[in-house]
Amino acid sequence: MKHLLSIADLSREEILEILDTAVSMHEVQHRDVKKLPTLRGRTIINFFFEDSTRTRSSFELAGKWLSADTINLTGKGTSVSKGESLRDTVKTIDAMGVDMMIIRHMASGAPAQIARWTRCSIVNAGDGMHEHPSQALLDAYTMRQRLGDLEGRHVALVGDLTHSRVFRSNVLCLQKLGAKVTLVAPATLMPAGIGAWSAHDGLEISHDLDAVLPAVDAVMMLRVQRERMSGGFFPTAREYAVTYGLTKDRLALLPDHAVICHPGPMNRGLEISGDAADAAQSLVLDQVSAGVAVRMSILYHLLAGESSGAQSGEGSAA
Amino acid sequence: MRPARDQGPVSTSGGPTDDTGGRVVLAQSEIARALRRIAHEILEGNKGSQDLVLMGIPTRGAPLAHRLATALHEVEGVDIPVGTLDITMYRDDLRSQPVRAMERSQVPDGGVDGKVVVLVDDVLYSGRTVRAALDSLADLGRPRAVRLAVLVDRGHRELPIRADYVGKNLPTAQAERVSVRLTETDGVDEVVISTPEVEAR
Repeated sequence: MKHLLSIADLSREEILEILDTAVSMHEVQHRDVKKLPTLRGRTIINFFFEDSTRTRSSFELAGKWLSADTINLTGKGTSVSKGESLRDTVKTIDAMGVDMMIIRHMASGAPAQIARWTRCSIVNAGDGMHEHPSQALLDAYTMRQRLGDLEGRHVALVGDLTHSRVFRSNVLCLQKLGAKVTLVAPATLMPAGIGAWSAHDGLEISHDLDAVLPAVDAVMMLRVQRERMSGGFFPTAREYAVTYGLTKDRLALLPDHAVICHPGPMNRGLEISGDAADAAQSLVLDQVSAGVAVRMSILYHLLAGESSGAQSGEGSAA
Repeated sequence: MRPARDQGPVSTSGGPTDDTGGRVVLAQSEIARALRRIAHEILEGNKGSQDLVLMGIPTRGAPLAHRLATALHEVEGVDIPVGTLDITMYRDDLRSQPVRAMERSQVPDGGVDGKVVVLVDDVLYSGRTVRAALDSLADLGRPRAVRLAVLVDRGHRELPIRADYVGKNLPTAQAERVSVRLTETDGVDEVVISTPEVEAR
C-alpha cells in the first residue's frame, strides 16, 4: 500500500489490518510519553487547501507521535496564491524529498492527480465531494470499539448526502465490513443517481428518519454543508431540524445499545440537538480520539515497511 | 497463531527428533525445570519478590512470563504482576521488512516506575529484540532495574547485551535454526534445533 486515496482501493483485509493496528496505537495515547520511534527520519507535509481543525491536527499529532517530522501548509500561504500551478507547487515540495503528502483539496480527485505527479505517498484527507477515507476508517473503528464486529450491523447515514465526502467513504467502508447501510435524507439532498447506486450495492434509501431509527445499531448524523449550497435545498433550517435533525424526542426512538456518530464539526440545533450530541450514546469525542490512533495506523502502513520505498516520479501512482 | 519465531539458521547430531527431523534439545519436563530454576534465581537475585514485575515479549515471551509468575507463586506464595511488551514499533529493521502486525503492550496496574522489571523472551540471539524492548520500556516508565530472562541463549550477539537468567545455553552455528514451541501457541512444549537441509527433507 503506497497511497490512501479511496476506500475503494482497500480490501476488507487491509481495512481490518488498519483498524486492528489502531487498537494498539490507541494505547499510546494513554501513556505519559506519547511517542514511538517508528517513523523517525520520515517527513510528512500536511497540505490543506481547505479549513480543518480535527483532520489536520489529528494527522499532525499522528505523525509526531510516530516521530516523523511534520510540516503544515495551507493553500493561502503558499505559492499557489501567487499563481503557481498546483502541479508546480507539488513537484517543488516533492523535490525537497518529503516522504508523504496529506492532501485536502476542494476539487474532487485532486489527491489522485497529485499522486501521479510525485514519488511520495499521498493520503486523501478529503477531496471536494468525493471521499474522506481516513474519516470512514476512524468512524468504523469507533463503532467497532463500542459495537464489536460490524458484520450484520445496521448503520444509518443521515443528512446532507449530496455534499458529503464522509458519506461516500463510509458507505464503501461499512459495506466492506459487512454492515447494512440505510441512507436517510430529503430528496433534495440525495446525490444524483443514488437510485441506480442503491440497486447495485444493496443500499436502502429512506426519507423517514423516525421509521429508520428504531432498527439501527448506529446513526451517523452528517453536517449540513451550507458553504457548498448554492441554492435552496430545504425551506428553512427550522424545518430541516424538525424533519431530519436528531432531536431530543427522536433520541428516544433509538435502541438502548445504539450509538450516535457525527464526523464534525456539528451544527448544534440543526442536524443534531445538544441533547443528542452530549448523550451517553454519543461517540462524537470518541471519534476525535480514535482519529489520531487510526491515522497513526494509516501512516504506519504507508510509510513503515519496505513496500513504501520511493518509486520513480511521474505516472507512478498506484 | 504465529509460527515459531525464526531464530536464525543451528549442528545436529544425536538425541530425539521432532516431526520435521530437527533435534529436540529441551522437552516438556526440561522446559518446566528450567523455568523453576529461573524463578529461584530471580528471587535470589532480587532478595525476594519485592517490586518484581514480569514483562513478556510477544509472542512466546508472554506465556513464558505467565509460567514464570506461576513458578514464583509456587516458591514464594505471592502473585507477581505480569505484562506484555510489544516491540514491533521499536524494531530497527522496520524499513527493510514488510509492514508487521502489532501486538498489544499491557502494563500491569502498578506500572513499572521504581520496579524491578524482568523481561522474558524465548530465545536470545542477536540482542536486537532486547534492545527494542529496552527502548519500549523506557517509554512506559522508569524501572529501578531491568533484568533479562530467556529460555534459550543461542549466542551470535550483535549488540552488547547478555541475559541475567538463562534456561539453557545452546551454542549454535549461524546456519542452524532454533524453534521454541509452547503449548499455549504451538500445542506442544519443546525446543528444537534444525538445519535448513533437514527442514527441506
